[in-house]
Amino acid sequence: MSFVVIEPGIATTVQDRGRPGLAALGVPPSGAIDRAIADMLNRLVGNPEDAAVLETAGGVRLRAQRSLVIASDSESAPRHLRAGDEISIAPGGVRQWHYLAVQGGIGTPLVLGSRSHDTLSGIGALAITAGTELGIARRTTDLVPVDVAPLGAPSTTIRASAGPRLDWFEGDALAALTTTSWTVVESNRVGVRLHGARIARRTAIELPSEGLVRGAIQIPPDGDLVMMLADHPTTGGYPVVAVVDDADVAALAQHPAGTTIRLRVERAGGDGAPNDGHC
Amino acid sequence: MGARASLVEDLPAHPADWAAGLLRLAVPGVIDVVPAARTVLVRCGTAADLAVAIARFDDVVASIEIGASTETTVVIPVRYDGPDLADVAERTGRSVDEVVRLHVAAEYRVAFCGFAPGFAYLEGLPVELELPRRATPRTRVPAGSVAIAAAYSAVYPSASPGGWHLLGSTPTTLWDLNADPPARLTPGTTVRFEER
Repeated sequence: MSFVVIEPGIATTVQDRGRPGLAALGVPPSGAIDRAIADMLNRLVGNPEDAAVLETAGGVRLRAQRSLVIASDSESAPRHLRAGDEISIAPGGVRQWHYLAVQGGIGTPLVLGSRSHDTLSGIGALAITAGTELGIARRTTDLVPVDVAPLGAPSTTIRASAGPRLDWFEGDALAALTTTSWTVVESNRVGVRLHGARIARRTAIELPSEGLVRGAIQIPPDGDLVMMLADHPTTGGYPVVAVVDDADVAALAQHPAGTTIRLRVERAGGDGAPNDGHC
Repeated sequence: MGARASLVEDLPAHPADWAAGLLRLAVPGVIDVVPAARTVLVRCGTAADLAVAIARFDDVVASIEIGASTETTVVIPVRYDGPDLADVAERTGRSVDEVVRLHVAAEYRVAFCGFAPGFAYLEGLPVELELPRRATPRTRVPAGSVAIAAAYSAVYPSASPGGWHLLGSTPTTLWDLNADPPARLTPGTTVRFEER
């Protein structure tokens, strides 16, 4: 084994690129919430981008059991550990989700083609407690060129496009979404809940269940906004008013509860492409 | 639905069939085709891939006709002793025996999966058994629970919270990570229940 957990921290799971393509069976895509950071850390240690990393809200302490090359988002460059060296990932900072990549990738069992833990259904769950030992998927002796990749703070302006059920809401819902200050009240791997203005529904009829995507913002009856995240339910019966641009989903997810954000919602598709009559 | 997905509605065919037809076209770059009650979600990796997929939508109906399903019906044995059976009987104005007979006599088809891995929404529930979901959902419904709500029946593949009316239970495995596909019931599969 390559490292042992001394303190498991909060919401610590193994994640890779997830298991996309199984939504028709009710399986969420899962995978690292902040793919850009996970991918970058993997590159820093010489891994392919599909290598599994540790994702955590912090408080993790690990001890290397042999020499390892690691990279975490709290430092800008990879680090060489010797057997016995410890590494800690503190909670907090500008981002609430932290990542640790290790050269070779974390080697936990593949479940439905992925090492990701889906916290909604429990697929791929692995108990990570004090004493848990984690191995490496692929032994490698590649030299890692020293590289530096400083990270900026996540934006508080989140770009989105009109969702398929915008017309279920009263008045100018896009304007209401854009002019309101939204506060993150809850944030986990399944979704991010935002509180702010109450955007009224035009109709009280129930929406028959329909497919969802990461980034889709539903408005449940209580009037909060809920953005779907990595472990989102694959179908849902609350109307989707807007869809956060793929590039900004992680930024919204990285803000801890209490953060105030703004949404900038465009009518057109997330890349500026005109809406062609499909939602 | 964002730049890389499209929620397709006003379909010219049943969502499960339209989804199967699109999958049969094997359009490159399509990641998920998710049928639901009245829509199909098509998700791609890039906006360009989505544009390519959308351009093929007019070919889907013909693709459905080519591949008619020859799958056998899945028969699910049920012990009808669920905690909501008497309540369902009372609320539908029937005896427990009649409720069971109605549930067993129908032929069901998986309209779509959602809510949880392998949870299949079965169409075909007799209208006499249609009831809204329970006002108070249970925090835990055991795996194998056979249930009804609104116009659907379902079997909970794993333990989970649930708001449907529980008629009974089955030992049949509906979700197996070692099977391919891991879900026993997938969109389009026909299903019957049998009292055991």
